Amino acid sequence: MLNFLLRRVAIALPTVILISIFVFGLQKLLPGDPVLAMAGEERDPEVIEFLREKYRLNDPVPVQYLAWVKGALTGDLGISLRTNQPVTELIGQKLPVTIQLAVMALIFAMVIGIPAGILSAVKKGTVTDYVANVVALSGLSIPNFWLGIMLILLVAVNWQLLPASGYVPPSEDLWLSIKTMLMPAFVLGTALAATLMRHTRSAMLGVLKSDYVRTARAKGLAERRVILRHAFRNALTPIVTLTALLFGELIAGAVLTEQIFTIPGFGKLVVDAVFNRDYAVVQGIVLVTALGFIVMNILADAAYFVLNPRLRKQ
Amino acid sequence: MMAQPATAQPATPATIDPQTVVADDPVLAARPENRVWKKFRSHKSAMLGGILVGFFVLMAVFAPLLPIPDPTATDWGAVRKAPSAAHWLGTDEIGRDVLSRLVWGARASLMAGVVSVGIAVAFGVPLGILAGYFGGWTDGIISRCTEALLAVPFLILAIALAAFLGPSLTNAMIAIGLSATPVFVRLTRGQVISVKAEDYVEGAHAIGLSTPKILRRYVFPNILPPVLVQATLTIATAIIAEASLSFLGLGQQPPAPSWGSMLNTAKNFLAQAPWMAMWPGIAIFLVVLGFNLLGDGLRDALDPREH
Repeated sequence: MLNFLLRRVAIALPTVILISIFVFGLQKLLPGDPVLAMAGEERDPEVIEFLREKYRLNDPVPVQYLAWVKGALTGDLGISLRTNQPVTELIGQKLPVTIQLAVMALIFAMVIGIPAGILSAVKKGTVTDYVANVVALSGLSIPNFWLGIMLILLVAVNWQLLPASGYVPPSEDLWLSIKTMLMPAFVLGTALAATLMRHTRSAMLGVLKSDYVRTARAKGLAERRVILRHAFRNALTPIVTLTALLFGELIAGAVLTEQIFTIPGFGKLVVDAVFNRDYAVVQGIVLVTALGFIVMNILADAAYFVLNPRLRKQ
Repeated sequence: MMAQPATAQPATPATIDPQTVVADDPVLAARPENRVWKKFRSHKSAMLGGILVGFFVLMAVFAPLLPIPDPTATDWGAVRKAPSAAHWLGTDEIGRDVLSRLVWGARASLMAGVVSVGIAVAFGVPLGILAGYFGGWTDGIISRCTEALLAVPFLILAIALAAFLGPSLTNAMIAIGLSATPVFVRLTRGQVISVKAEDYVEGAHAIGLSTPKILRRYVFPNILPPVLVQATLTIATAIIAEASLSFLGLGQQPPAPSWGSMLNTAKNFLAQAPWMAMWPGIAIFLVVLGFNLLGDGLRDALDPREH
């Protein structure tokens, strides 16, 4: 297992290096000289020169890149222009909020998507299957920010059942925290539930045709047992892998969800940074998200390794 | 003696039903394009998708001819008016007609979908062909770069690029197109690798055909169907991405209409004018659903295992 993980990390290294080059290169896309923007209206040549030295802009680009990587490796992703806080600290503050949202969304997605996928596969070709497929495709087509707006209108404004926006840390009031996050998590989980449903259905359809399921049925086992113990357990491997890979979608979806529900998380941080031209924060977020995706990929492979006995024996 | 060309015409094309010809003629019926079309037509949901997409395309194309007000014309006497005979879908916070903005907004959404996917295909397919056909270090470099870009979630990448390029519809399209490129590189590469191993490509090599000729005659036509399906599905994703960027203020800039920016404004007037938020969302949903249904139908029709 350790060898397997080490091999996966080694394979991911070139990708990590390329991501760092890409993230560093982002600031080179900026039109004009960044120092001129920082120097204020007076644009004193001495101040400009000081800033150039401070940000090492007089150095050749590869030297600038190496200095940036050195900083990133020690957790220094720069300082936010807006708040004057270190970027790493800002991300560290906001990330737990988004993780809470993402975990709750994933629970919603799994609770809705997996049973719907199983049911749809078992009842293939029936009205249930058709309805599940239509709902799933609608879930994939609905813009989640619009769904959020409509839910606020109905559930919060008209029916006044749940708070319309905001965030309460679980340490402060667990129940209120969950209540506040229910709507955003549902909104974020909808598209994922649809994806999970479609993949579960497809995995189950493959497994239901297999010999061991036919054998289990021939042995006279109850249909429920055949489906849950024999078929679903074997269909679970690709589903678990997919769930880990949905991390990227969760983070991207969180950007809009947090914006609509005014949740002070990772997604809101990126939007605020974009509008305040806080490029160090944007770069930091892209880097952290990409690294998070790679880690989730490795974990998905590890889960595949653990769940698949044939792979373990190799 | 004068010739009588009119009566000498051998057939009357208008009276022939092409479907009957295809069904009766075994040669025509066996042609792949006819088989695909027949399969596609029998796919009810794909046809529904086609109708939805067709409706929005017609709406966008003929927007200037429709009897609707100027989408940017304000009317301070009709601020946030509910749907009525004068304004079928109501008015917005500065008295602009919501229906008119919705119709003109279709142009921004569809253009963003098609142009950004065009960018992704234009970059992704040649890179994928290079990686898949030539292999070796070319493949190594292209594949590693693709993996690196795929590690950044699509929307985060699009937001970051749009932020660095500056907010505008053109930059949003470039950002979405570049963010979608890795998907096409990976898909094309995989397809090319499998087509390259086919006997007919090896045969073409053996008779001494040049690489560009092999790519044009044998490789490209065979990788086209999956690329077409992916392009259709990616248009759906790109339309949502454009609406998301416009919603965040990084896409179409006011006063030009776009569905995403309409929703951005509408969220501030939910209790007072819910119609402002309802219609753009329904429009995005329907057009995206249309492209998704169309893509699913095309996939089934073009999948050789289904025949």
